[in-house]
Amino acid sequence: MIGLPHYLLLGSIVFCIGVFGVLTRRNAVAVLMSVELMLNAVNINFIAANKYIAPDTAVGQLFSVFVIVVAAAEIAVGLALVISVYRQRRTVDLHDFNLLKW
Amino acid sequence: MMFNLAAFSLYDLAFIIIAGITVTAALGVVLFKNIIYSALSLILAFLGAAAIYFQLNSSFLGVIQILVYAGAISVLIIFAIMLVMNRPAGESNLSSPRTREVFTGATITAMLFTALIAVIGFTQWPIGAKPGPDNSLGLLADLLLGDYVIAFEAAAILLLVAVVGAIILAKGGENK
Repeated sequence: MIGLPHYLLLGSIVFCIGVFGVLTRRNAVAVLMSVELMLNAVNINFIAANKYIAPDTAVGQLFSVFVIVVAAAEIAVGLALVISVYRQRRTVDLHDFNLLKW
Repeated sequence: MMFNLAAFSLYDLAFIIIAGITVTAALGVVLFKNIIYSALSLILAFLGAAAIYFQLNSSFLGVIQILVYAGAISVLIIFAIMLVMNRPAGESNLSSPRTREVFTGATITAMLFTALIAVIGFTQWPIGAKPGPDNSLGLLADLLLGDYVIAFEAAAILLLVAVVGAIILAKGGENK
């Protein structure tokens, strides 16, 4: 009974939760965590499409591997940036990151 | 959506339970006021996604998900939280104080969700005819070290550059 649309629905729900987090959180680390949620939702969609649309190949899983690689690089550099900014400004509140505003 | 109790199997029940846990944990990430709770909730969401991968016959990616996300990335996130914590934990993950911003965010999210639901509902998804092997790891390995080997090596270089960049950024410049 459970088919591809259900998995895609789960992926969309998690993705939208991630979007909401990115748009409304104040803490920069929380925003990065929401981005990770969005990447996970994309992976769920890739793997479900792989299983139901092309089960005799593994292209969807391959793309998920690359998404995981990029996500790992993104979170490492992102958290390093947050720590670097924290050292300069003593805050991780996104509303205080306004050096480029005038 | 038809709800046919006779066709309801253990597989479906497992999906519903796992999906419920994953969505609840994802909501927890966004809604907890304490960012430590958010991080722990994020680990649960990662594990839920790993269970979904196992259910979809992608046991290799499930293991990778547990190792990389639930293991490494969550530890990295918790370390970063500890390093940048400068206010009481109970108010470390507040929502934006401007209601207009929250309202805009909720509206954009609702619009995006409606669009996604419409696309999922109205598309005729093709169903693959040829069944795959029980364990798709061999297929994945053939692709990764065959047709996509350039992308594989590029990913390796990307990870190396990211690690070096992260160290340089987090270490900071010399104090003059």
